[in-house]
Amino acid sequence: MKPDAKPQFTKAVFERPRSLVDVKTHFCPGCHHGTIHRIVAECIDRYGVRENTVGVACVGCSVFLYDYIDVDVVEAPHGRAPAVATGVKRAQPDRFVFTYQGDGDLAAIGTSEVVHAANRGENLTVIFVNNTTYGMTGGQMAPTTMLGQKTSTSPYGRDFRGDGYPIKMAELLAGLEGTAYSARVAVSTPAQIRKARESVRKAFEMQLNGMGFSIVEFLSTCPTNWGMKPLDAQKRVLGEMSEYFPLGVFKERKQADFA
Amino acid sequence: MNGTATGEALRLLTKGNEAICLGAIAAGCRHYYGYPITPQNDIPEYMAARLPAIGGTFLQAESEVATINFLLGTAASGKRVMTSSSGPGISLMQEGLSYMAGSELPAVIVNISRSGPGLGGIAPSQGDYFQAVKGGGHGGYRLIVLAPHSVQEMYSLTMLAFDLADKYRNPVFLLGDAIIGQMKEPFVPTPYDASFPQEKPWALTGCRGRERQNLKSLYLKDNAIEVHNWKLHGKYEAMRQTEARAESYLLSGAKIAVVAFGTAARVSKTAIQWARKEGIPAGMLRPITLFPFPEREVQEIARTADRLLVVEMNTGQMVEDVKICTPHHDKIGFFGKPCAMPTPEEILDRIRALAGRKG
Repeated sequence: MKPDAKPQFTKAVFERPRSLVDVKTHFCPGCHHGTIHRIVAECIDRYGVRENTVGVACVGCSVFLYDYIDVDVVEAPHGRAPAVATGVKRAQPDRFVFTYQGDGDLAAIGTSEVVHAANRGENLTVIFVNNTTYGMTGGQMAPTTMLGQKTSTSPYGRDFRGDGYPIKMAELLAGLEGTAYSARVAVSTPAQIRKARESVRKAFEMQLNGMGFSIVEFLSTCPTNWGMKPLDAQKRVLGEMSEYFPLGVFKERKQADFA
Repeated sequence: MNGTATGEALRLLTKGNEAICLGAIAAGCRHYYGYPITPQNDIPEYMAARLPAIGGTFLQAESEVATINFLLGTAASGKRVMTSSSGPGISLMQEGLSYMAGSELPAVIVNISRSGPGLGGIAPSQGDYFQAVKGGGHGGYRLIVLAPHSVQEMYSLTMLAFDLADKYRNPVFLLGDAIIGQMKEPFVPTPYDASFPQEKPWALTGCRGRERQNLKSLYLKDNAIEVHNWKLHGKYEAMRQTEARAESYLLSGAKIAVVAFGTAARVSKTAIQWARKEGIPAGMLRPITLFPFPEREVQEIARTADRLLVVEMNTGQMVEDVKICTPHHDKIGFFGKPCAMPTPEEILDRIRALAGRKG
C-alpha cells in the first residue's frame, strides 16, 4: 500500500473544502472570518462554481480573500465592492460573482453602492461581516457599533444623540424590490453555523437561478478590538448583539419578478 | 461604411460627442457606464440607444464613484470599457482611477470639460489640464491624456485611446471640452485597425484550467510596493519614449510659435493663417498627447522660434509644462481665456504684439 493512499476502512466525514487554500490565516484568535471563509468555500464547492467564480475583496481585515479562497479575486476600493462586482457581472453574466465586505466598508462608506446594487437587482451575492467595529484600522466606531459601546473613536460609548443608531443593513436591504434574498446569521454555535451555511446556499442559489441580489449578514466577533477573550466575544454575539440585530430571513423571493 | 457610390470616402456630419461613441464602438467597446452631467450627455444617450442593439451593455450608475468602479470590474474582466463625464464627475472618479492605475487596468475615460472650480459653469474650459495630466488621485501615477481638436480626432483618438489603454494596461484620458463636444462638422469614419492584439491573460474570468489570479493594488509585504512603484514608473517612462504626439502646423520658418491644444489650438489655426497673410511667420505646435508631453518638439521650437505664445482656455496650466521643457522662459508669452473660447482676433492681436506689429 502506498503511503499516501487512503485506507479502505475509513470514510472521510470532514475535510478542507477544495476552495479553501491550505494556509494559516492572519486573523486574530476568536475572529469569525476564518469560519465564514470556510462556509463560503464549502458553498462554492457544493455548486461546483470554483472555476467559474470572480470574487471581489473589500478594504479591511478581509482584503486578503485572494490568499484564502482559491478563486479569481479583484480588489475593490473601500466600499465599492458592489459597484466593482456589477462591472464584473455585466461583463460576464455567466460567472458567479460575490463580494465579501465588512461593516465599515458596506454600511458606512459603501452604503450607496450596496443600496443601488440591491435596488437594480444585480444578480450577485454579498457576504457581509458585521463585527460592530473597524477591525483593521484599530477598532474605531462603525455605523453598526452598539449604543454604549466604547471604541477608540467613541471612548465614552456610542451615544445616539451624537452618533445615531446602529444600522440594520439586512432589514434595510430587504426593503428594496431588487433584493431577492436577505438574511442575518451568526456562527457562535455549531447550530448557528449550520443555519448560516443554509443561508449562504440560499443566497448562492438566488444568483445561480438569476433571481437577483442576495445578501447574508454575519454577526461576527472582534475580540482584539473589543478587548475581550474569544469566549466572552462569543457571548456578546449570542447576547446583546443578537438582541439588537435579530437573526433570521428578512426577504426570500420565490420567483423572479421577470419572465 | 467605407465608401460611397462615387468612390469617395464616406463623410458623416456629427457632433464631437457622437463621434466619440462611433470611435468607441468601432474599436470594439461594448460596455459603457455613466452618470448625467452637462455638456457630455449626448454620449450616454447615444450609448443607451445603440449598445443594446449590438449586444453591448449600457448602465447608468448612481454616481461617478460607482461609475468608475463599474469600469474597474469590467476592465478586470478583460473587456473594453468607457465612461464619459465632465469636471465635477471626473473629480469623483479620481479614487477609482488611482486604484485602476495601481491595479494596471485599461479603460477609456472621456472628460468633456466645463468651467470650474466647484460647480463652475457649463462654458467650455481647459481648466482640467492639471487634474488630467498631473493625476487627480492619490499615490503618484500617470494617465495617457489625448487632446482632440476636431470631430475627426474625437473619433480617431478614441480608437487610439483603447489601443494605448490595452498596450500599457493603464487608464487613458480623452480631454475635450464643451466646444469640441457640441460642435458639428464632417468627418471620415475610417476603419479601425484591429491588428492590435487583445489577448488579456491577466483578466479574471474564473480559474478554469489555470491557477487562480487576482488584480489588486495592495502590496504590504517587505518592499513590494516600492518594487511595484518602480515597475509603474518604467511603464510611464516607456510612454514618454514612444507615445508623445504633436501636430506641427506651419512651423517651417516660424518665428512666432503658438503652443495650444484642443479648441484653443483649433481657433489659433485661423489666427495663424491671418498672421501669415500679414507676413508674420507664425506657426503652431499642437500637443495631441498632454501626457506624455511632446517635450522634444517644444524644446526644438523654443530654440528656433523668436517667441512662443501659449494659448489656453484657463489662467495658465500647460504653460508650466512648456517652461519645464526650455530654459528660454523670456521667449514665452501666454494668453489665457478661462471658461470661454478665445476669438481668432484676440489671438492674432497677441501674435502681432509678439512680432512687434501694431494691429
